[in-house]
Amino acid sequence: MSGTYAHAPGFIAGDRPKIVTSRFEYEDSYTLRRFLATDGYQGLRAALGRAANEVHDEVKSATVLGRGGAGFPAGTKWGLTPQGVYPRYLVVNGDESEPGTYKDRLLMERDPHQLIEGCLIACYAAGLSQCFLYIRGEMALAQERVAAALNDAYAAGYVGKNILGSNFSVDIVLHWGAGAYVVGEETALIESLEGNRGMPRLKPPYFPAAIGLYGQPTIVNNVETLANLPWLMLNGAEAYTAIGTKTSPGTRMVAVSGHVKRPGVYEIINGITTFRDLLYKEEFCGGIRNGNQLKAFVPGGGSAPWFTEDQLDIPFEGPQAGAAGSMLGSGAVMVMDETTDIPAAALTLTRFYAHESCGKCTPCREGGTWLERILSRVVDGKGTMADLDQLIEVGTSICPGDFPHASNAKLGISAVPFPYKMNTICFVGPSAYAPVNSALVLFREEFEAKIVKRNTIPVTAVGAAS
Amino acid sequence: MSRFTEDNARLAKEIIGRYPRPRSAMIPLLHLAQQQSGYVTNDAMVHIGELVGATSAEVYGTASFYEMFKFEPVGKYLVNICGTMSCALMGSEELMHHAEHKLGVKVGGTTSDGMFTLEHAECQAACTEAPCLQVNYRYRFRVTPESFDSLIDDLSAGRLTAEIPDHGTVAKVLQHIPADRGVGAVPPESVTEAPEWLNGKAAL
Ligand SMILES: Cc1cc2nc3c(=O)[nH]c(=O)nc-3n(C[C@H](O)[C@H](O)[C@H](O)COP(=O)(O)O)c2cc1C
Ligand code: SF4
Ligand code: FES
Repeated sequence: MSGTYAHAPGFIAGDRPKIVTSRFEYEDSYTLRRFLATDGYQGLRAALGRAANEVHDEVKSATVLGRGGAGFPAGTKWGLTPQGVYPRYLVVNGDESEPGTYKDRLLMERDPHQLIEGCLIACYAAGLSQCFLYIRGEMALAQERVAAALNDAYAAGYVGKNILGSNFSVDIVLHWGAGAYVVGEETALIESLEGNRGMPRLKPPYFPAAIGLYGQPTIVNNVETLANLPWLMLNGAEAYTAIGTKTSPGTRMVAVSGHVKRPGVYEIINGITTFRDLLYKEEFCGGIRNGNQLKAFVPGGGSAPWFTEDQLDIPFEGPQAGAAGSMLGSGAVMVMDETTDIPAAALTLTRFYAHESCGKCTPCREGGTWLERILSRVVDGKGTMADLDQLIEVGTSICPGDFPHASNAKLGISAVPFPYKMNTICFVGPSAYAPVNSALVLFREEFEAKIVKRNTIPVTAVGAAS
Repeated sequence: MSRFTEDNARLAKEIIGRYPRPRSAMIPLLHLAQQQSGYVTNDAMVHIGELVGATSAEVYGTASFYEMFKFEPVGKYLVNICGTMSCALMGSEELMHHAEHKLGVKVGGTTSDGMFTLEHAECQAACTEAPCLQVNYRYRFRVTPESFDSLIDDLSAGRLTAEIPDHGTVAKVLQHIPADRGVGAVPPESVTEAPEWLNGKAAL
């Protein structure tokens, strides 16, 4: 079965294995009734039928990569809590706000019980005694669906005291944010959950697994990461790793937006599906709109350095994307066709990160603002050649050394691999520079054209609806 | 004026009770205050401070960090048009110009009848449905000038009140943990032992 479901805007199914989107085809996928009729809470039952450490081992051997951005295996992360220190908490990261990212909201709106079941399995396996499910403030429907699902799950005995009649007891508390991108960063998320301004903490020493919520060991996992656990418990690590590759098993949700024929959210095969498959195959986006040429794409959310057609054959495999100069990040691909005004497009991202800086460290607070101002000037046709050097200089003060970028055969440049060095506490500062650097490395002539023809060209839009 | 009503004070205490430390309830209580008055009043912040054990300056310190909290009245409908990359690539700048024209206000402004406040928003996690917007955090996807106009006309005529609550109310469904089912929150320092189920045996 394939097609777009009107009740899951953006989601496009296909004849591929589904681990986390299997219920999206049902109109009532978010109800307890539908959930129970489709193996719901059976993964939890299977987990509780085994000792907690065995469940943890199963998750470890499945290598469930974190889907929030960094791709760190969940089972390994759970093992990093210090021995014998209790209580330990689970904080679920549902703050989805990285530009281009659209998957966690679908998972919360369309299958909240799957997420709840995943949270319970994690708490059981890692000995976490309370769970806080942090949902982005602006997601009204997701909050309502998760609240209703929790109310039903409590009433039916799946959450709370003595779950399924066992000695496993845990509360899941729905918590919601109030609009601040940086709060998606795990230590800022914890600050926010403690009732503070959502500013990141310094790591070390504040690795959440060691010193997290209220100073206690805390596991922070992304919504999609946890949504994988029910299927895994029901089908086993062997079945999980049979999908995808050894280092990147399973599936992942990827949102493709921008200038493709069929923008949408697709569950793809980890490690195997390539960017070319995703952008051009009929079962996915079906090519660039209007038969236009691909100019560039952002492969892993607004923070990621850009790729062009030279990188289309890279599969969704973290290390390969890293060697090519970028990252897979949060499963968000933004596609720009030949009509795109590249400096203006870069500005929409730089403005975002500059605006979202929490102000705790100078290179990000000042640097981001500078980047935005200089780039605005250039985009408005009021820049000078010296501005381009200044952009790089400011960028280098945020991230010393060569900033990662893709190779390009036409330009005769080779890749600078990920990651970068940074002078900031978190990745917001570097993210303000990433689009500027990519655009300057790959499309410098577009910046120069704006400067040389200054005041003679009209201010162009970033892009248009068709 | 604008301290919590009796009902909301009860709800506030219920929410506080879910957390190991009361201060964690700060943001949910600020939302509750905004729901009650349409924006966060000074008196509400004083009341929240009393409830969670913080000074009103600390409450304001937290509140002012977050975009969604308003400290003066805004329109009945907050119209947030996304302007981040995916939406910009699909014409959100033109949509914003159109919206300014239709509403007769500049971005950031409120219409003179107090119905609409127009804001530029950042990525709303709906990038495949660009350009998109939210009205009081309820989505509209692939918005065209025509669909924008009919949205505004519908809102003005009161045709969408069932779907879209007035500014301040985010979720219309809230969590309630039944007293006989909840485990209950305890301060972290009162727990030292491993949870019962970590005993090497299956729980079921
Ligand atoms: C600035 C910034 C924003 C982030 N935003 C999110 C987010 O919205 N959702 C998310 O799950 N992770 C986000 N992350 C990653 C989290 O810090 C954390 O690594 C992740 O939630 C861990 O979950 P996982 O291991 O299951 O992927 C962000 C990181 C940074 C630096
Ligand atoms: S890098 Fe930016 S957002 Fe991150 S801690 Fe520093 S100032 Fe705050
Ligand atoms: S860029 Fe507009 S919703 Fe993501």
